[in-house]
Amino acid sequence: MADLKKHDTPLLDELKKGPFPSFVDDLETRAESGVQCCYDLLGQLELSYVHKETHWKHGGIVGVFGYGGGVIGRYSDAPADFPTIAHFHTLRVNQPSSKFYTSKFLRKMCDMWDHRGSGVTNFHGSTGDIILIGTSTDQLEPTFYDLSHQFDMDLGGSGSNLRTPACCMGKARCEWSCLDTQAICYDLTMTYQDELHRPAFPYKFKFKISGCPNDCVAAIARSCTSIIGTWKDNIRIDQKAVQAYIGGEIAPNAGAFSDRDWGAFDIQKEVIDLCPSGCMVMDGNELKIDDRECVRCMHCINVMPSALRPGVDCGATILNGAKAPILEGAQMSTLIIPFIKMEYPYEEFKDFVDLMWDWWMEEGKNRERLGELIQRQGLAHYIIDILGREPIPQHVREPRSNPYPFWKEEEVPGGWTRDLAAFRARHLA
Amino acid sequence: MIDTSMYKDDPGYDITEKLDTPYDPTLADREYNPAKPMAGRLTDQGPPHYEQFFPEVIKKNYGKWLTHEFVQAGVIKYTSETGDLMWVVRCATPRLITTNLLREIGDIADKFCEGHCRWTTRNNLEFHVTDEGTLKDLMEFLNNFKHPGGSYKLPIGGTGTAITNIVHTQGWIHCHTPATDASGMVKSVMDDMFEYWTSHKLPAKLRISMACCLNMCGAVHCSDIALLGIHRKPPFVEHDRITGVCEIPLAIAACPTLAIKPAKVTLPDGKEVKSVTVNEPRCMFCGNCYTMCPAMPLADEEGDGVAILAGGKISNRITQPTFSKLIVPFIPNELPRYESVCKIVRNIVEAYSKGANKYERLGDWAARVGWERFFEQCQIPFTEKSIDDYRLAYDTYHTTTQFKWSSHTDKLMQEAGY
Repeated sequence: MADLKKHDTPLLDELKKGPFPSFVDDLETRAESGVQCCYDLLGQLELSYVHKETHWKHGGIVGVFGYGGGVIGRYSDAPADFPTIAHFHTLRVNQPSSKFYTSKFLRKMCDMWDHRGSGVTNFHGSTGDIILIGTSTDQLEPTFYDLSHQFDMDLGGSGSNLRTPACCMGKARCEWSCLDTQAICYDLTMTYQDELHRPAFPYKFKFKISGCPNDCVAAIARSCTSIIGTWKDNIRIDQKAVQAYIGGEIAPNAGAFSDRDWGAFDIQKEVIDLCPSGCMVMDGNELKIDDRECVRCMHCINVMPSALRPGVDCGATILNGAKAPILEGAQMSTLIIPFIKMEYPYEEFKDFVDLMWDWWMEEGKNRERLGELIQRQGLAHYIIDILGREPIPQHVREPRSNPYPFWKEEEVPGGWTRDLAAFRARHLA
Repeated sequence: MIDTSMYKDDPGYDITEKLDTPYDPTLADREYNPAKPMAGRLTDQGPPHYEQFFPEVIKKNYGKWLTHEFVQAGVIKYTSETGDLMWVVRCATPRLITTNLLREIGDIADKFCEGHCRWTTRNNLEFHVTDEGTLKDLMEFLNNFKHPGGSYKLPIGGTGTAITNIVHTQGWIHCHTPATDASGMVKSVMDDMFEYWTSHKLPAKLRISMACCLNMCGAVHCSDIALLGIHRKPPFVEHDRITGVCEIPLAIAACPTLAIKPAKVTLPDGKEVKSVTVNEPRCMFCGNCYTMCPAMPLADEEGDGVAILAGGKISNRITQPTFSKLIVPFIPNELPRYESVCKIVRNIVEAYSKGANKYERLGDWAARVGWERFFEQCQIPFTEKSIDDYRLAYDTYHTTTQFKWSSHTDKLMQEAGY
């Protein structure tokens, strides 16, 4: 340990204070156990805090044989001062659906990563992968060999690949999940392994699966194809439990307001009046829901989880095209398929995926996301001509307010070829 | 139980034996031959099947949960139709964690949770227990589990109307495009907001997200409060490097405002090279050119800093999902503690907490009281930078005579002598 070199980090040392977990303390503890690269990582970060600029070089193409993703090249721009992080590449490792682990798995992963890399990780990256931060180029193939042979694991997506699909915890813990989110996530991941590892798309593509419209995995904001659970029968009501809420025997919203006095629960004010479609009413002691008018926003169910449950005829609403602002501005996913059954082997859904991908791979420009292509060529074109689906009012928030639809020639009787002479015979110029 | 029979032949269906076998650090060195990379290679195996990592109580009650309640901030009690009960303890992590901490997490899982744990989408760690005695012991352990500097290693909280963990990006610890640091800002804001992590006292859930540049690998654009690293200086063009490291047509095509044009440039040594010029007044500082071309860096000590957006949400509850709106266009990078960012976040959270109705999200509160009142009550100066002049700007114009009198109009009235 005598040859360990600790850098002065007075600015980062400030980030050891305060109650929230200190990543500086964690990295330093690891460094003290004999890992120089953690000292160098902190040293370079301190330099960034002084210069207010990053000290990582742009890119660097590295990878493992046969894959076009899963590894992000990273090089220090100050390797003389921080030699152990001169190469400090990242591997994305495909997480198990909804991120449950055993201690045996974690410990063996630690043994592997301590041996092959820095011992620094993200649990997890934004997309959902386990991120192994920091190793040199010569360790990439052995790391992949270890992952695939000693863990039966694989790399996740990066670049113009299918990105690693992600899901909420679904039926593992949640009584609201209308979908078997883990099973869907696993099945799609396994089905599309080629797309996940070998870049064939115009740009990145993301699937995210949430079990209900609460959308805990943020599918509607950040996935090209958002699969969100819903139901088409009636909300299940336990009238006795409704009365228990009204009587104050059960805390509203599962006790989510427990540290503030909001007064006695008022079902009219807190549930019925807040229903966005106004589809609920108290009829004497009975809560009545006009389910045909319900938009399934989850509010009443969230407030009274012991009294109300989603229906049992469940499936998914499919939306397309979410993305962060780069470049044309942020987009949220837009409704495409109001309801689809999501049951193994998901053939109806996969047929839809084929149509969607064929179009995007054919028409999409370099670095054009699906959502941008839908905007460029038109939502109606996508729904009708590409997917072969019928347009319905649910496809728009409101009808267009300009009078400029692009009529096609075949829609107009007689077509667009006209007899000018006959026209002028009727109308003097 | 779950039917997983259709996946039985998948490589990762059951990795028990693999995990029971100690890691062999020499296996790859013995078996992998760089000259024959396909020999013995295993590809396209996908992730291990998730079910084998579930605690027994979850395997047994999969799809059978009836209801849940928050016992306190950070502790959720689940009831199954089988009569089983389960408690979940939620803890914050900083996402960036070392194997030292991971091993300790494994030890906690072994000691209290039969060897299981789970991470959430927002970088929280969750432990599952099935009796109240173990719950009490686990919580006591976590409340005393601290780093040398005194911070909690795994603080309990983040459920219900608490402010949950901040999802974030890499920042200066590991990325080449950031305009600010991520982990340091998150630590600073969460330290300041810690009382809200451990309590259920806000009017609704409040999600803070952080991305260190406009690429937003953290996708912060639908958050109650979004902290976003931004650049404010156009890119350099390194004429002597660009031909070697960039495909110039891609750099030109990358610019959303068509500010980048091809150009022939004479270097100091007299050599003429193909390069580009940047029409600087048209630059919107998105950094997309730098993503495509390493010879066009934007990072700058004075130019870079933080923007704050607010009022977005993802959930479909009551109101529809909404984008966050730009409310503070720029704050310099104040290191290491980002004091101004913390102060503005606190102003917003406190004004919201005071003004919003029960169940009302931050953006719904702002829309109800009016954005003029939002700026006033959060003590945030309104600037012209919040008036959109990009695509679809018209969607945000105020085409009605309905508005509220606020400090902004008071000032105008006073200046006009009304």
